[in-house]
Formats: sequence, C-alpha cells, structure tokens
Amino acid sequence: MRTTAPRRDRTRRGLAAGAATLTAVLALAACGGGTTPEEAAQGGGAPEGAGEFTGEYDGPAVELSYWNGFTGGDGPFMQSLVDEFNAEHENITITPNTIQWADFYQRVPAAVNAGEGPDVGVMHVDQLSTNAARNVIVPLDEVAEALELTEDDFTAEVWEAGTYDDQRYGIPLDVHSLAMYYNVEHFEAAGITEPPTDEASFMAALDALQEAGYEDPFWMPSLWPSHLMFLTLLWQNGGAPYGADGSEATLSSPEAVEALEWQRMIVDEGYSPSDVAIDSQYVAFKNGETSITWDGIWQINDLEGSGMEWGIAPVPTIFDEAAVWASSHQFFMTRQASEDENKYAAAQVFIAWMSEHSAEWAGAAMIPARQSVRDEGGLEGTFQEPIAELIEDMRFLPSVPGLGTVTADALEPAIAEAVLGSLEPGAALERAQTQGAELIEQNRESFGG
Amino acid sequence: MRTTPVVAPGDAVSTADAVDRGPRTPRRGVAKHGKATPWLFLSPYLLLFGAFVILPIVLGGWISLHRWDYTLPGRPFVGLDNYQALFDPGSTIYQTFWSSMRATGIFTVASVPLLLVLPLLVALVMNQRFPGRNLFRAVYFAPYVLGVAVVAVVWRYLLDANIGLINYYAGLLGLPDGTAWTTSTPAAWVALVGVTVWWTLGYNSVIYLAALQDIPRELYEAARVDGASAWQQFVNVTLPGLRPVLAFVTMITIIASANMFGQSYLITQGGPGRETRTAIYQIAETGLRNFQMGSAAAMSYVLTLALMVLSVGIFWLFRERKG
Repeated sequence: MRTTAPRRDRTRRGLAAGAATLTAVLALAACGGGTTPEEAAQGGGAPEGAGEFTGEYDGPAVELSYWNGFTGGDGPFMQSLVDEFNAEHENITITPNTIQWADFYQRVPAAVNAGEGPDVGVMHVDQLSTNAARNVIVPLDEVAEALELTEDDFTAEVWEAGTYDDQRYGIPLDVHSLAMYYNVEHFEAAGITEPPTDEASFMAALDALQEAGYEDPFWMPSLWPSHLMFLTLLWQNGGAPYGADGSEATLSSPEAVEALEWQRMIVDEGYSPSDVAIDSQYVAFKNGETSITWDGIWQINDLEGSGMEWGIAPVPTIFDEAAVWASSHQFFMTRQASEDENKYAAAQVFIAWMSEHSAEWAGAAMIPARQSVRDEGGLEGTFQEPIAELIEDMRFLPSVPGLGTVTADALEPAIAEAVLGSLEPGAALERAQTQGAELIEQNRESFGG
Repeated sequence: MRTTPVVAPGDAVSTADAVDRGPRTPRRGVAKHGKATPWLFLSPYLLLFGAFVILPIVLGGWISLHRWDYTLPGRPFVGLDNYQALFDPGSTIYQTFWSSMRATGIFTVASVPLLLVLPLLVALVMNQRFPGRNLFRAVYFAPYVLGVAVVAVVWRYLLDANIGLINYYAGLLGLPDGTAWTTSTPAAWVALVGVTVWWTLGYNSVIYLAALQDIPRELYEAARVDGASAWQQFVNVTLPGLRPVLAFVTMITIIASANMFGQSYLITQGGPGRETRTAIYQIAETGLRNFQMGSAAAMSYVLTLALMVLSVGIFWLFRERKG
C-alpha cells in the first residue's frame, strides 16, 4: 500500500498478497471489538451517584477532551472561547482537538469505541441521531433543563432535530446556512447595484457580468458544496430529498431533476467553466476569477482575511419558494465521559457555559441558535446579519440514523456526474434514488424501525 | 545473484536447504538443543506475524460472515450473504464493488509496465559514469521520500483544470489547456498514473541499480570479446542478470498498484463520479465510513483472492527454468 508502509521485502509474503490490505481493515475492526453487545446496549445515561446537575463543578481536577471540526475562519474563535473557559474554571481543563468534518464522523465513533475519543464535542444536527443510535453519545436532558432551554427559544427544526427516541442529545450552539458571495469590484464594473434575489435578476446579473468581460461569472462546483446548492434549489422548487421522517428517498422527483438541470445549465450556457474540481470555485473566487459563489457563512472570516472586496447576500430564490440549506452545530457528550462521574459533571458545566456564551460565537461568523441571544443584539453589524434575518426560510436535513451516508454515497456522486456532464441529471438522480432506497432499507435493518 | 540483499523466495528455500544438508557433522549438535530451539528463534517473528497477519485474517473471515457494525450492539450472523451480494448483479454493492475492482485493474495495467520499464532506463543511465551522477540519483529518488498526502495535495493543485499550473503552461506553449486532469476520464487516469510514476519511480530504480552493480563485469567483457553489440549485451547479459530482481520488482509493483488508494482519494476524490474509486478506496469507504465491516471484509477477501491468483501467475512466469 503506497499510502502506508515503506515497501521492504514483501517477497516472502508474496503469496499472502494483499495481507496488508486486509490487515488495515481488520486491525481497525479489531479495535472496535472491545465492547461486548451487552456493554454497548446499556451504555449511556448518568453514572450512578452523579447527583443532580447544578451548573457547578467542585470535584477533583479533570481534563476533558473536546473535539470539533472548526477548521475554517471559525477555529480561532472557538479556541479563544475555550481559553476563556479554562481561565474561569480552575479544576476543569479543556483540551481541544480539531479534525476536518469529513473525517470527524468517521473517527468519533471509532475513537469512542476504543475509549480514546472525545468527552465532549460539537457535531452537525443531522448527525446526532446516527451517533445516538450507535450509542456514541449520551442524552443531555438534564443539561437542557438546568439551562432552562425551551423550544420557543429556537427554530423548531433545530430544536426537534436534537432529539432521538424522546431524549435530547444535542445542545444547539449555532445555525449556519449557505449564502451568496459576490465580488464587489466585478458587480460595480457590470453596473449591478443590488445583489440579485430571484432567477430573473440572477441571470441578468450573470449576463451583465459576462458583458463586462467576466467570462465565467459563476463557477459551478462538482463536489462540495454542490450538494448543498442542489438541496437549496430542490427545496426552493417545492421538493425534498427525503420524506419528512427520513424513511424514504425522493431523490429523483421531477423537482429534483429540474434543480439539477439548472445546475448543469450554468455550465452548458457558459456561465461556468466545465470540470470544476473540489474547492476550485472558492479559490477562483478569492482570486477574482469568478464573480459569484455560493458557499457557507463559515467562509466569512476567511474572506475577511483575504483582503478582497466582497459582498454577501442571501442565496437568490431561483424557483418558487424562498429556501436555503442550513445546519446547526450542536454540543454532544460521549459515552466515554458519562462513564466517569467527575467528567460527566464537568462536561455538563462546559456545555452549559458554551451555550450561555453563544453570543460571542457570532464572531465566528455563525448565527447563534438561541432567539434570546440574537435578540440581545449579538449579530448587530455582522456580515451574517442579513442572512440571519431569513432564519425562517432555512431548511434542515432530517436527523435520522444513517441518512448522512445516503447523502454522501448516493446523492453526492450523482450530482458530481451530472454537473460534470457525464450523466444526464435525470439518469444520475434515478440511480441515486435506487441506491438511496437500498441504503435506507439497510439503515432500517441496522438501526431498527 | 545469490548475494543480492533482496532475497527472492526461491533463494530463501535453497539457502535453508543448504544449511540442512551442508554441515553434516554438527547435526547431532542441533539435535542436542532440542526441538524447541528453532521455534524459540522464530518466536519474535511468529508472534508479530500471528498478531498482525494471521489473527486479522481469521478475524476478518469471521467478520465477513456477519452484518458487522462495530458501533451497534447487534452483529447478526448472515452466513455468506456478504459474498453473495458481491456476486449478485442485482445488488447495489455489486455495481460499486466491481467498478472499483475495474478501476484498480485499469490503474494496475497502466502503471505497472511504466513502473517496470522507466526505472530500468533510469537505472541504466545512473549506472554510467558522468559528472553529477550522485545528484541525479538523489533527484530521481527524492519524490519517494514524500508522503502520499504531500504528493497528492501538490499535484491536485498543479493538475487543476481551471486554476492549475499544468494547464496554464500548456496554454503558454500552445498546447491544449483545457484538459480536465482530475475530473474526467481518461485524463484522470493519465494524471494518477503519471503522479504515481513520478513519485515511486526512484524506489524501483534504486533496486535495479543495486542489481545492475551486482552483474559481474567479466560477463560484459566476455560478451564484448565475442563481439556482442550494446543491445546484445543488454539482452544476453543484463536482462538475465536482473531476472531474480525483476521478479521481486514486478511483484511489489503490482501489489503496490493494486493497493492504490491515497492518490485517488486525495487528487480526484474518486471522481468523476466513482470512476477512480479503487478497490481499497471502496473497502475503506464501506468499512470505515459506512461502518459495514462485514461487507468490507468480504470485499477484502475477494481482492486478496484475485491478488493471490495473480501472484501465483507471476511466480510461474519468473520461475527458474530447468534445462
């Protein structure tokens, strides 16, 4: 395997070729073998004698491992929040570890199973139920009660998605969505005074930009965040990727095909170069090669540091309904922490403290999840303020165990192929639908009902 | 060639034979030490071999008979279902698995001949005497010391269709500058094979070079005396001299190519679509990202079996021909 060991005399093992292959997969499998089904089944919940959560921790000094995926402009803000917490709490030390999100959901279950994982962390809301079903994370109802968190302080979807089997597993930190970024210089040169808001004005803007000499004004990515754009367009078109309870895939609906055709059209009509590889559209935007890009609000700080003149606006409503893809970062606690009385108490203190300080998190270009925090003016004057005002239009993927796999395995390759032009959007989505349905069936068998 | 530090399997066996047969007198001495002695000497290796090769192989076989998600309490026994699904054209996994096997096949067929021939040419040149020889030897070997992540990330940007340097300079030279190196096939295969050859060529070269330096000068002298041309010397002296090493190099190159993962994972993300998802990529996705360890283990076994058959074929091709 080129990726790992230097190749030394493998000849002796020539006949057992591929043993290395196997070893890699199997050794990892073996790592997870430490937990018996019985242990796994009864994990979770408070350890005995943990007592009532009071919001304070006065036990012996503990160290908590805290994992998150804030690799972008949001990272430094999380670090400063952690520093602040550590300074205020003498007997709790938070050790943060940042892993990019793509690897995060693969590593956390494996690490927690091996007892080497985080005690607390942050994950996306649509991943909570998967990890709850896998018994990686434990309920946080007590924390929610102690914090006096109630549904009316949150967007309904954000709040409800944090529960699984009638127990709360996630404490919402923020909401973040897709947004439209544009190059101010290009817009001025093309005589565009207002950021486009619907299909007519958006297409007019693209034409104006082309006339002003910006030949490729809107690069269409084939991978991330292409599926977020697709979901946005699909919801705008009145469709949905999955049934409301996530029990069925509806990936090849006419609305979905139209949405994907629109993405392909951007390439076919010459607004985007073909074959845009991963991250290229964002790099091109920063280099002034493309005028508009749709990306997450988490890029705000990165763009702010880039020195270019950029603007931000809500994603235009291309189809009939105002809608935009969004997700929410939520705090979780792992089984690993709940097995230790002191860690369990300290982790609760940490999560509660973070939730109360979520106004500062707005500095990381996120939208605090709590209505009360937003009302206190935490967002005033920030770049994301105009995006936050449209919080009611934000759409979230349902939080159903295993659904993340369906999006990643069935939907994303289909979108890539359609945008690259190697498959017709209809055919690509038809295949995604077949695969998605099968994966959902498998999930039902794995996670039950 | 028995002196080459790289021991081919045939050689190892005959060396053992020699020890057995050779010194007749001290044979009683060996017996005196008791039967456990050889095992004691072997034990450190056997321990590692057992723990890291045999045990995982057995455990993997066991896992492949289950629907095995290590994060879930229930791991039902499903018999040969995982294997059956791999050979059932109606299942989704059949499609993804065999297209990944096909990708592995394409990559292996395209990269192995290049990785056998180009390093040999490099080694032949490096075996000559010329000023700056050591520098060139270092230059050719240098990429091999880099990790796959470094190599892949660098090349991913160099090869980018729209913002990459390769297409930019191709354009300046008047060559086609719109090749989508990472997002279309067959360009993606050209890119992946090219990067891999650039990266690992030095390793095979060094082995060839060592083997070339082991070929006795006298044989070349004798050939020259007999009036052999440079080409005839190459065919009749160099190639036969390289044969045992060639078997070794072919073997490890095939195995390395069949295990390709990092390059397509990082340069093409398996794309366009899933076209450059290799078997190892698919196994990693299935087992580690989707937690379907049972299915992934079954895939590993099928891949292993394929590689075993291939290895036997290669050994047969390079076998010592008697008479």
